[in-house]
Amino acid sequence: MKARVHVTLKNGVLDPQGKAVHHALQGLGFDGVNDVRQGKFIELEIDGTDAAKAKAEVTEMCEKLLANTVIEDYTIELA
Amino acid sequence: MKSAVILFPGINRENDAIAALEQATGTKPTVVWHGETELPNVDIIMVPGGFSYGDYLRCGAMAAKSPIMRAVADRAKAGVTILGVCNGFQILTEAGLLPGALMRNASLKFICKNTHLKIENTTSRFTNQYGKGDVVDYPVAHHDGNYFADEDTLNRLEGEGRVVLRYCDANGNVDPATNLNGSQRNIAGIINEQGNVLGMMPHPENAIDPLHGGIDGRGLFKSMVEAVS
Repeated sequence: MKARVHVTLKNGVLDPQGKAVHHALQGLGFDGVNDVRQGKFIELEIDGTDAAKAKAEVTEMCEKLLANTVIEDYTIELA
Repeated sequence: MKSAVILFPGINRENDAIAALEQATGTKPTVVWHGETELPNVDIIMVPGGFSYGDYLRCGAMAAKSPIMRAVADRAKAGVTILGVCNGFQILTEAGLLPGALMRNASLKFICKNTHLKIENTTSRFTNQYGKGDVVDYPVAHHDGNYFADEDTLNRLEGEGRVVLRYCDANGNVDPATNLNGSQRNIAGIINEQGNVLGMMPHPENAIDPLHGGIDGRGLFKSMVEAVS
């Protein structure tokens, strides 16, 4: 089973990298972009077929290592 | 007096930490590898700067979960004096021993230069050799030193005198113009609730010899020695 984890900065936490990317996009003429937030994408290949169990385990991984919940939010997708 | 320096793969400031501790304590510190699970009996533990695990995932994230950090957390709870500098500060926040997080510098640039710092708390076990409002000059060298914590945490830190160092100019002015890296409230160093753990981005261990260009950092090491003597 695959788990896909997205880690993004929380709302209200300044994202200077996202701002720089936004600025660069504007420089390329993409005027319709209102905001850019940069994050991380982590793909895990995990044992088992029990989605609920996998979700619980990946949640624990996020809380313990994959995300820093002081500044980041995460979402988990199983496939 | 005994001390220890924790060594993770990718750390590169351990020899500076060793030199500063040896100068202050008169004894060479023990170097403890990250894979160890036990610490020797020491009065001071230093987590030095560098790029542990290549800064993968987040600065300090992997090091914070290494075996030796469980022993460091136990010592922190037991009241042992612990100093984390630069990557060491990042590791201590990632390990939950200090609140908040260190984010990418607001300028997005790696900053390597000397900076002025205002000593905000002169009674901590890390700053008791300095006077109220003293301004010191330490080097900084980091890409991720932008201190972040939520408003409640910041207010609690301020209220409890736990903001120990702030970025300022030569006259001690703390304002947005003297905020080196975008840190909330110009915060450069904080202590934990018990007051025995300090995390800071600047490098006092690189300001202990006239050849460094200044010796302002000696006071910080002397403070620890005084506090645990």
